[in-house]
Amino acid sequence: MSAYKNSVCFNEARRVAIFGGTHGNEMSGVTLVNLWVKNSAEIQRKGVETKPFIANPKAVEKCTRYVDTDLNRAFSPENLSAPGGDDLPYEVQRAQEINRIFGPKGSPEAYDVIFDLHNTTSNMGCTLILESSKDHFNLQMMNYIKKAITPASCLVLLNEHPLLKYSTSRSVAKHPVGLEVGPQPQGVLRSNIFEAMRVILKHALDFIELFNEGMEFPPCTVEVFWVSERIDYPRDANGNIIAMVHPNLQDCDWEPLNPGDPMFQTFDGKTIHYQGSGTVYPTFINEAAYYEKQQAFVTTRRETLVASAIRKA
Amino acid sequence: MEVDKVVCLPRLSRVAVCGGTHGNELSGVYLVRELLKEEKKAMEEEEEEEKPVSVVLVLSNPWAIQQCRRYVKTDLNRCFTHASLNGPLSDSAPYELIRSKELNTLLGPKGSPEAVDLVCDLHNTTANMGLCLIAYSDCDWICLHTFKHLQASTSNIPMRYIHFDVPKEESYSLDSVGKHGFAMEIGPQPHGVVRLQIPLFCLFRFYFSGTIIEGGFVDVFTMVKHIDYPRDSETHNIIAAIHPQLQDRDFCLLHPEDPLFQTFSGETLRYKGKEPLYPFFINECAYYEKGIALSLARKRRVMIPCKGTL
Repeated sequence: MSAYKNSVCFNEARRVAIFGGTHGNEMSGVTLVNLWVKNSAEIQRKGVETKPFIANPKAVEKCTRYVDTDLNRAFSPENLSAPGGDDLPYEVQRAQEINRIFGPKGSPEAYDVIFDLHNTTSNMGCTLILESSKDHFNLQMMNYIKKAITPASCLVLLNEHPLLKYSTSRSVAKHPVGLEVGPQPQGVLRSNIFEAMRVILKHALDFIELFNEGMEFPPCTVEVFWVSERIDYPRDANGNIIAMVHPNLQDCDWEPLNPGDPMFQTFDGKTIHYQGSGTVYPTFINEAAYYEKQQAFVTTRRETLVASAIRKA
Repeated sequence: MEVDKVVCLPRLSRVAVCGGTHGNELSGVYLVRELLKEEKKAMEEEEEEEKPVSVVLVLSNPWAIQQCRRYVKTDLNRCFTHASLNGPLSDSAPYELIRSKELNTLLGPKGSPEAVDLVCDLHNTTANMGLCLIAYSDCDWICLHTFKHLQASTSNIPMRYIHFDVPKEESYSLDSVGKHGFAMEIGPQPHGVVRLQIPLFCLFRFYFSGTIIEGGFVDVFTMVKHIDYPRDSETHNIIAAIHPQLQDRDFCLLHPEDPLFQTFSGETLRYKGKEPLYPFFINECAYYEKGIALSLARKRRVMIPCKGTL
């Protein structure tokens, strides 16, 4: 019996996957998964089948983000049910295959948890990415991880925006968890970034083991940064970027950006200021892969979510 | 030594500024695009200034720039050997080989009197190298004085002079097409990102000013060797990362037994050379495929006399 009213029950998380190389040039995840495919001792937990998996092997081989189209945007219902087989873009075919192995998305057969490992050129530190404000299992996991790595920090980014939310590879699972660690250039492996990601996964798997053994997690609050708006670079009539992220904003992920603060600097030295109506918390500042997605950074607002107590069913 | 004696520099009349030799090294791409815009504006406004100098602005690898990749088929900045430039072109020649010949026609021909006086080729690196001027020579006065001038006018970024001791006949990069040339490398910057601006504007005034330039000394880092990552003997995949105590410590002297790599199982691998050397290009993304985890250099001081132009 639960010690708490409104405790939420979940089935044991028996099937867990760790995706590396959803983007082929984000090296921490690629390296960790390759390591664990060879020797999985480190990721084994009692009662859990944990499968390390290279999501986009062709992109990994070429050390490029993707071959035809971004795999981490490819898991829409249209793509997952599209006919056409070999004529489809490589990543759409791959999304269908991943959905067969780890899904089907939205069904009871889907994997319980998928951890999707990413790097960013932005100075985001360790960031956990949540797709639903109502996923109490994930909220409790993230709370556990944050407490376990104290005094080191790990922030939670929530992307539930109706327009900006996208169909990720991890969304095939019942509980999708994104893990973004930066700053790291694409194609580069930095020892400290690699180790940070490794430690976070260790704690995440510990949480799952404890949960499966019957531990009840009391209600808790989790501070999240809720995605609000995408801001593009200033561009000329031909679509070319005409300003860089301002030096005052560069590397200041998660710090408050107030109306009037410097935001961009044109190549001839003029400052463009943030014109929003209130303070926001920018992140994904100057992420290389987002130039083509018309994004210099996203703004977020700080919110506190309440997670119900959880225990296994 | 007559350090105070003024020796005349040859006059520079044609200078090339090249960006995007690697399509994802964006500082140069953006700078050249901005300069092209200004040049277009000046032409439209029909500015009839008497210009003693012409500046040729080049986006070296447009296809790679468009795709934001280092190269399409092969590294353009290795295609400028005499053999590549003068060899025949097959129907299936890679894009960059074709492009290197076009650039040789535009800026060279390499080794001929028609070649531009100076090629300045702009690059970025993911390594923490600040601003580096990279040249085949440690005694080319134009390169050395350019470096000193940049050092004097740029205070917010560390600067070094790197010397690749490669004989002229074996030179392979774009900057070897001009009578004089150097690459300007600025980092750290991830590929595909623009963060750092190259302080190029001060150079034009310097080259074309005709004033006396002070002499002095330059600390030159001459490349000695490269070190590759430890690799798995079967798969050839890397099995260690640059050690955290070495990461970002470009140009900090590396002593024998200093940490070099950390394996994925946590073991430290140490530098086994006998001589302390200066590391650079530490963890440059593009060099993984070239088998280079870091490069090592010796440092020595080079004296340069005062110069003036005619």
